[in-house]
Amino acid sequence: MPETAVPTFPLSRASGCPFDPPPRYATLREEEPVSPIRLWNGQVAWLLTRYADQRAVLADPRFSADVTRPGHPAQSAGVQARRAPDRLPFIAQDDPEHNHQRRMFTAHFTVRRVAAMKPRIQEIIDRLLDRMEAAGPPADLVSAFALPMPSLVISELLGVPHRDHGLFQRAARTLVTLASTAEESRAAAGELADYLDHLITVKEREPADDLLSSLVAERVRTGELGREYLVENAILLLSAGHETTANMTALGTLALLHHPEQLAVVRDSDDPARVANAVEELLRYLTITHSGRRRVATEDVEIAGTVIRAGEGVVLANDAGNRDGTVFPDPDRLDIDRPEVRRHIAFGHGSHQCLGQNLARAELQLAYPALLRRFPGLRTTVPDGELRFKEDMLVYGVHELPVAW
Amino acid sequence: MRIAIDQDKCCAAGQCVLAADDLFDQRDEDGVVVLLDAAPPAGALDRAREAATLCPAAAIEVSA
Repeated sequence: MPETAVPTFPLSRASGCPFDPPPRYATLREEEPVSPIRLWNGQVAWLLTRYADQRAVLADPRFSADVTRPGHPAQSAGVQARRAPDRLPFIAQDDPEHNHQRRMFTAHFTVRRVAAMKPRIQEIIDRLLDRMEAAGPPADLVSAFALPMPSLVISELLGVPHRDHGLFQRAARTLVTLASTAEESRAAAGELADYLDHLITVKEREPADDLLSSLVAERVRTGELGREYLVENAILLLSAGHETTANMTALGTLALLHHPEQLAVVRDSDDPARVANAVEELLRYLTITHSGRRRVATEDVEIAGTVIRAGEGVVLANDAGNRDGTVFPDPDRLDIDRPEVRRHIAFGHGSHQCLGQNLARAELQLAYPALLRRFPGLRTTVPDGELRFKEDMLVYGVHELPVAW
Repeated sequence: MRIAIDQDKCCAAGQCVLAADDLFDQRDEDGVVVLLDAAPPAGALDRAREAATLCPAAAIEVSA
């Protein structure tokens, strides 16, 4: 692999274009779709920018998601510090172990189960909006709505008392902050693990109608799932359930505010299919997983004319893949009526594709119209240039979004 | 048209149900795909193909 003049990941976004991935991705996609990139720790990995190549790699068992394999490219020092081979959550394992463990959780995230949760999600949304309205403008959309909404939903689903949200939101935040040190990250994960371990003890004594209770009864007690694995997976679900939907809610709202005609459609449409399509397009257009999917080759594989050697890491920039014009015509335009938008890879691809995707869809399909209907005059109170975008976090978004109505 | 599924490969993402809920369902116990109609009428071909394209685990095959 070439070692000289290798750019450092992440590449910079263009100033004034907070919704667009780094502009260099467009050139790389055309000219060097498999290109070397230097990571935070000096490791050189391959950056893949084309949609088809990313889908191929994510579906190819010769590329491993096992984070303890040498060469697997970690996103940050904090992420690397948490790689304990004896208790990997399923996201960090390969099939068949990955699929075996994942299937213990999938019952709770099926299309039918999520559809049954919608009335409760709507209730959570309406209550938060009531509170925001009663307090009156201005408000920070992130802390008043975008973050507590998915936080309440995932807490209820898992069976985590929301009164403890201060603890788990703070710890989850440390885990997704790229600048967190190994020590900070280990401490945050340890705090979360202790908290969840205690909670599992409570569920053993007093089972309730929630995911943790059912996993304890059906998998841990039977010996099928180690308790330490349930703790690790609970950390994964709790943090993934927060950061992703929260960021999509706030950043998606800001993107719609920049496209008032499309915003009006999302607000006023009585066609759930059209709103659902709009959500898919926002997922594609914003692709907040800007750290990319990460894999390591387990044997030599040729991708787009470049041989990736066994042991070399790959970073799949799905924000670049989702702007690939060969799949999505006029890719840099937000078009909520875009046909075939569901082919986007914002949730990844392959057997690791996001477990919570249908929950995220339901939350966003309900949240955008409810917010926009409640506050038809919603506007930001500061220019974009003064907003702090989350280039410093594992998942992209906006730290605060001051709004009035 | 014939549709075939591979339940071992399935990762229960539910994309097939979103694309064609008259052709595919998910098992309650683990979300794994269930085929509702292995030989649907030709009018369902586009939706069946879309489900196969979207399936992240390549667990659906459609032959015209």
